[in-house]
Amino acid sequence: MTRAATVTWFAGHEIRLAWRELLGMLTAGRRWRTRSASIMLVAFVIFLHLPAYAVVGRFADVQMPLDQSTLIVITASIFLAWALILSQAIESVTRVFYARADLDLIMSSPVALTNVFSVRIAAIALTVTLMAMLLATPFIDVLVIGGGARWFATYAVVIAIGLSSAAVAIAITVGLFQLCGPAKTRAIAQIISAVTGAGFVIALQVAAILSYGTLSRFAVLTSDAAAAFAPEAGSMMWWPARAMLGDVAALLLLLGGSLMLLGAAMAAFSPRFSGYVASVSPRIETYKSATSRPFRLGSRQNALRRKELQLLWRDPWLMSQTLMQLLYLLPPALMLWRSYGEGAGAFIVLAPVIVMAAGQLAGGLAWLTISGEDAADLVATAPLPSASVTRAKIEVVLILIATVFAPLILVLAFVSVELAAVTALATVVAAASATSIQLWFRVQARRSQFRRRQTSSRIATFAEAFSSIGWAATAALALVVPVVAAITALITAGIMVLTWKISPARQ
Amino acid sequence: MSQPQVYSALELRGLTKRFDRPAVDGLDLTVRAGEFYALLGANGAGKTTTLRMVAGLLRPDAGSVSVLGIDALADPVAAKQVTAWVSDEPMIYDKLTPLEYLEFVAGLWGCDAAIAERSARELLASLGLAPHLHERCEGFSKGMRQKVALAGALVHDPRLIILDEPLTGLDAVSARHVKGLLQARVRAGCTVIMTTHILEVAERMADRIGVISAGRLIAEGTLAELQQQNGQGDTSLEDMFVALVESAPVAA
Repeated sequence: MTRAATVTWFAGHEIRLAWRELLGMLTAGRRWRTRSASIMLVAFVIFLHLPAYAVVGRFADVQMPLDQSTLIVITASIFLAWALILSQAIESVTRVFYARADLDLIMSSPVALTNVFSVRIAAIALTVTLMAMLLATPFIDVLVIGGGARWFATYAVVIAIGLSSAAVAIAITVGLFQLCGPAKTRAIAQIISAVTGAGFVIALQVAAILSYGTLSRFAVLTSDAAAAFAPEAGSMMWWPARAMLGDVAALLLLLGGSLMLLGAAMAAFSPRFSGYVASVSPRIETYKSATSRPFRLGSRQNALRRKELQLLWRDPWLMSQTLMQLLYLLPPALMLWRSYGEGAGAFIVLAPVIVMAAGQLAGGLAWLTISGEDAADLVATAPLPSASVTRAKIEVVLILIATVFAPLILVLAFVSVELAAVTALATVVAAASATSIQLWFRVQARRSQFRRRQTSSRIATFAEAFSSIGWAATAALALVVPVVAAITALITAGIMVLTWKISPARQ
Repeated sequence: MSQPQVYSALELRGLTKRFDRPAVDGLDLTVRAGEFYALLGANGAGKTTTLRMVAGLLRPDAGSVSVLGIDALADPVAAKQVTAWVSDEPMIYDKLTPLEYLEFVAGLWGCDAAIAERSARELLASLGLAPHLHERCEGFSKGMRQKVALAGALVHDPRLIILDEPLTGLDAVSARHVKGLLQARVRAGCTVIMTTHILEVAERMADRIGVISAGRLIAEGTLAELQQQNGQGDTSLEDMFVALVESAPVAA
């Protein structure tokens, strides 16, 4: 086979694998679900047009030249999208490094590894770009419908975002390999990925709280201070915004720059890729306990609780994935600290944030403890009733939720006892609801499959999200319009009943 | 003075489990207390399904399971208290050390802490894991993981040990350690039921051998009895096994 044929053949192989992985994610590995999953995906993308209209609808008529405030908001939004895509790209690159399934085969075959890994880097860029385009489509549609065909240029900006974020993700991961070594890179990359995704929004919120005492990130972007710090109109910092608005020169420069960046990443890292992958060879890890302490057994449930806490504590990747929600608590906590003593009214916004975070965190933890049992046979053959096992695992979830949220609610109690009581009650209900959903939809899985937990049951995923949103809304409304809160509480309880009725646990 | 009643270690009567087709089909099986019993069969014959029902991992569609006189379907917790299960795919926790894993197992079975710790250290040492007591299992080879799982099964001193292909992935030295451990347990009065595709192991270690096909027991006895049943005193177990399996009726 010629060199070109090898590259083409391998590119086809990569596309087929990526397509099947996407299908697997959508259908949870069940072929018969392909059609219904496709319909759901299309329906979801159509549904996304509503929030997209709410977010970008007002910008559809925007024309060049822009005032500086609008320019800053659009540029910041593009940067936010770039950060989110970069976060996903880091995930993809890490998976390529650590998924040895076909890398052993490829590396032992007589093909030129540089070509093969160039294709693999291109495949990462393509996957990331397609995902970015899928997410951006509703927003671009809204802009095109409201403002005309000139907004189609935004697709090219999205392509530039995909290509450049893939290149930067590869550089970051390789840099981590060299700095931290293969043993630690995976966990650190996952944490960086998580923080990158949320960091930009949180940083804006923190700046808004410190400067203006509000959670709105637009407060910073539209402020005089931001305008004063912003560069001149001709600066390359505005290229993405200008490209979006149909400036052909800026668009070409942006696309060209992104392609060059990706090309540079391919040229720089492809020849060394096999070396990095090989360094992730299976070997004896030497994580050792510091001291040898005597056995502490206690009750059987205690053994289960201790094991769950130990496993969570020792897995930084899982910690980063499950505790991601906590990052979103930083701004409200900061707001609480900064505006303490200004009365309860300013803090009502904190109740839904705390309740939502508690529901989501409880869902993740409940999946890990209930479904993600690596020694399922051992626990199932242990001499204790399955109800005791389940109870011990739920207790772990509640202990962790209490540990995280009790201090925040305690501080709220000093501001307003009513606010703290409502928040505490809704937090408990949201955590219990999310845990119950995970219990009803339990599946036996490895903990390492945590990322895919949402694909194992889409009903459970949506039910978990809706219940958290519902209880968060109920908490906020209970403090403002209690009658309406009763209605949202009934709707959310109805969602829970419906979820139970269609769950495998009932059938 | 009344004599204590002597139970079979395991009694299965009419045990049935059906998935797409019958996996176990009205199986009757008795394993005596204190014997080493090898359950043989081709792939898909129903060995693992049978043992998973005994261990309480699967609920039978019909039939009864009695473990050391305990009705395992009516009182599964009591049956599990005296049973250990080891599968061919070692399921252990990557983030725990072997000693921590055994501490967890001992906790689940409600063992005495001091006795369990001594037993854990002895077991791990006898399986060649003494240098790795405090290393997390995530970097262990499959053989090492299998040895940790086996030590976990023995640390609570079970009276019935059920092993599904326990020698898979073990090197010759480790396999010999495991076989020695199991034989010592049998000498101490424990009952071992093991499935294996390594017929030489069954031939050398088992007191009695059962051959299962399409979810039914098609032959059972000591090696000599099986040879006699097949009419040739010097037939190897492998030849007998192949002849039995090939002549057995195929599942519907």
